[in-house]
Amino acid sequence: MPLDLEKPYRLNPSVALRPEPFGALAYHFGNRKLSFLKAPDLVDFVRDLGEHATLSQALDARELTDARRASYLKALDSLVATDMIVERI
Amino acid sequence: MTATLDQGKTLPLVEQFKYGLDAPICLTWEWTYACNLACEHCLSSSGRRDPDELSTDEIKAVIDELERMQVFYVNVGGGEPTVRPDFWELLDYAIAHHVGIKFSTNGVKITPERAKQLASTDYVDVQISLDGATREVNDAVRGPGSYDMAMRALKNLSDAGMRDFKISVVMTRHNVGQLDEFKRIADDFGAQLRITRLRPSGRGADVWDELHPTADQQLELYDWLVANGEGVLTGDSFFHLNALGSTPLPGLNLCGAGRVVCLIDPIGDVYACPFAIHDVFKAGNVRGEGFKWVWQNSELFKDLRRPQTGGICNSCPAYDSCQGGCMAAKFFTGLPLDGPDPECVKGHGEQALSKRDSDTLPKASQDHSRTGKKKVLLGIPSVRLPDRACDTSPLA
Repeated sequence: MPLDLEKPYRLNPSVALRPEPFGALAYHFGNRKLSFLKAPDLVDFVRDLGEHATLSQALDARELTDARRASYLKALDSLVATDMIVERI
Repeated sequence: MTATLDQGKTLPLVEQFKYGLDAPICLTWEWTYACNLACEHCLSSSGRRDPDELSTDEIKAVIDELERMQVFYVNVGGGEPTVRPDFWELLDYAIAHHVGIKFSTNGVKITPERAKQLASTDYVDVQISLDGATREVNDAVRGPGSYDMAMRALKNLSDAGMRDFKISVVMTRHNVGQLDEFKRIADDFGAQLRITRLRPSGRGADVWDELHPTADQQLELYDWLVANGEGVLTGDSFFHLNALGSTPLPGLNLCGAGRVVCLIDPIGDVYACPFAIHDVFKAGNVRGEGFKWVWQNSELFKDLRRPQTGGICNSCPAYDSCQGGCMAAKFFTGLPLDGPDPECVKGHGEQALSKRDSDTLPKASQDHSRTGKKKVLLGIPSVRLPDRACDTSPLA
């Protein structure tokens, strides 16, 4: 499912984040996939994702440069594709 | 594995891994040296149980520690782990403590009932060892009856509705030509094929010269992986072949020893990797300070996490592709650690092997092979009966 900026998301409850010097290791207990979050600020973003009304508001709250916002979106795309983050219903 | 958020400014992930992680990504944990088989290439020289093996409670204590460290899964092996009377209890305990288990077995205990139990358990993965797509090729290395045992286990798992369990193959001179056949067997059972490299570790050192793939076979293997790699697991064990072509094989192009992986052996000793059971690579024991302390503080691991030099490989244009290959393979074939891999695809390994003194090769620190070690039978077909009754008992 493609990212929808106007929908609320959260970290999948089946996913555990393990802090590492480079960011975090994300492990999905359901599909046993491992992902690497290669930036500490992205880890904070993903942790807090559930507290924002929409994905777009979560991004706005970060006050990112355009380039950084684009790389966030790219990372979030792959996180949604691997079921690490999910739509909040 | 997927890496996300490429920033450009930070080091690539593989570079970060070289400095080690706070906890291993996954670790191999051998629960017993006991085994009902006596495979010629056993990398842990298993056979007899060691009286000093970790008790049920000691294993549970390490699982508790792994849970705290957020080690999300471990590869359990042996020996044959399922011959431990507490195996199923430990499996349940680990899963309840968020430590997923992938265990390797020759299939001896995978009855239809156990297969059903496994199929209905989350966070458990099973890997059945099979080293030949035909009985002749498999049994010549793993012993008489082992092909039928593995096929029975595969059928039981498949019938129980288990999916994506693994068929684990060590690539040898006799089975590289069977890759398509292995894939077909895996597909037929709804399983996933996993192929790994033959290491000259444990008893593998005794048969490596005769069993390791030839240079032509390495190329065949590389080409096959490039064509079929999607959906075939390799444990990232063939990165030394990357210098054969321009297409890098999927996976981590890195020796993860002491950086992202390690081994806990049945008596609690912690080694840098599953293929390096030797005092030189021993970091400590879980019985003393505990696993976390060993992982984070052992001098050996600290050393492995420092930038390594390629030694004489530095001048080779392929070094970036192969990273000098496998530390354990070099060590047990008597080659220097900062030189070429014995299976270097540029032929530097062969050259180095011809110059070494093969009378002084290092021996594994642990050998639990059952006594009355039989003549190595790598011919095909092989028929061999146990020398004594107790040789067939995993707990003898």
